[in-house]
Amino acid sequence: MLFVAQRTTAFVLALAVAVHLATILYAVRGGLTAADILARTHGNLAFALFYGVFVIAVAIHAPIGLRNVLREWTPWRGRPLDLALLAFALMLLALGLRAVFAVYAA
Amino acid sequence: MSDVLGVDIWRGTEQGQFQAFAIPRRQHQTVLDVVTEIQREHDPSLSYRFACRVGMCGSCAMVVNGRPRWTCRTRVNDVVAGDERLRLGPLRNFRVVKDLAVEMTDFFDKWTAAHGYFEPGATPEKDFAVVPPQTKERQAADAGIECIGCGVCYSACDVVAWNEDYLGPAALNRAWTLVNDVRDRGQSARRSAVSHSNGCQACHTHMSCTRFCPKGIEPTYAIAGLKRALFGWAAR
Amino acid sequence: MRASHTQRGFIAAMLHRLSGIALAIFLPLHFLALATALNGAHALNAFLAITRQPLIAFLEWAIVVALATHMALGLRVLAVEFFDFRERTLAALSLCLAAALAVGLIFALNLG
Repeated sequence: MLFVAQRTTAFVLALAVAVHLATILYAVRGGLTAADILARTHGNLAFALFYGVFVIAVAIHAPIGLRNVLREWTPWRGRPLDLALLAFALMLLALGLRAVFAVYAA
Repeated sequence: MSDVLGVDIWRGTEQGQFQAFAIPRRQHQTVLDVVTEIQREHDPSLSYRFACRVGMCGSCAMVVNGRPRWTCRTRVNDVVAGDERLRLGPLRNFRVVKDLAVEMTDFFDKWTAAHGYFEPGATPEKDFAVVPPQTKERQAADAGIECIGCGVCYSACDVVAWNEDYLGPAALNRAWTLVNDVRDRGQSARRSAVSHSNGCQACHTHMSCTRFCPKGIEPTYAIAGLKRALFGWAAR
Repeated sequence: MRASHTQRGFIAAMLHRLSGIALAIFLPLHFLALATALNGAHALNAFLAITRQPLIAFLEWAIVVALATHMALGLRVLAVEFFDFRERTLAALSLCLAAALAVGLIFALNLG
């Protein structure tokens, strides 16, 4: 169910975000260029797999969180809301995996 | 200390207004003393509830200067400083019957919906159950068993305000005490009753229930227990 | 103001919720930005140049802080829910925010 999925992905993201933040803090030293990013990500399969998992976890976690917020703070609920959030989840998944591919294959 | 206490009391139902009163300020007044004096000496049409007067029944719960509390256990001096006025309103998140009295039916209906009652099963045991008080389950149950259904936690809860179907901290706390009751035979039905989007899953750990409970019960942790348990139940 | 809204647990929950909303709005943009690399490194570079403008740099810092805040407060929720953590809310909240702002500071220092 959604609650289980959200808490499970939360644990996954706790690890992924920690790694991501550490990476970002390290990588932005002295400014960030495309060359810096792509030098690390290009052809790096481990990197791609890590961020692939990250994207999938986010695509599950974020829409479920938004669903709670919208149901509590707006009159929107039921099927229409669920379908809209499913669309949002698929969009995040598509854009996210596309981005991972972009920096892997660039 | 001033001689006079200014009091604003809600009159009406969901629609209404605050009515102002002035009564003598006395050293050890409780808010219940104030309301009773106003109803008896100033305006007999004021509606409010109380019973035991000594902090055992929870009937006198209402919102005092923005906080839900028991009026019999609230000294005026603790909530009003100097010339501040005392402001009394009915508990939030309940329908208002009249003035300071609220409709408790929905609150107790949710208690039932959460299976907050003991289920002995079709064939009760022949002998007394042996339940050592030090067991983990009994300690978890004992931590929440003193709830008297006063409604303060329900009044304080933001999620109850945002989601009218949310079962609420009191009902879920009671369900947790029964989940931990090893004699109970209704666990399967109770699990379904509390593990859904309007049950324990809706709690966002704001902790206002725990903050305001006059008996020091911590519904937040009871609900956390239900959340943990539902992972185990989902796995099965 | 409603009494429950002055409580620390409520403040924690609101920061958690608002940072989450900010992140949800940001993420599609983040993915689109990174995907400009599909058009070559120069395309990504051109985009990164935008982020050096003061306002954008500030927003970038803010979203890093939002991520750190959302994670820190999320860990608080997971601790209470799954590890039966009996929190001292003021301490927990302060710790979470301090950690998030520390991340923000390091980010700003490293970037500058």
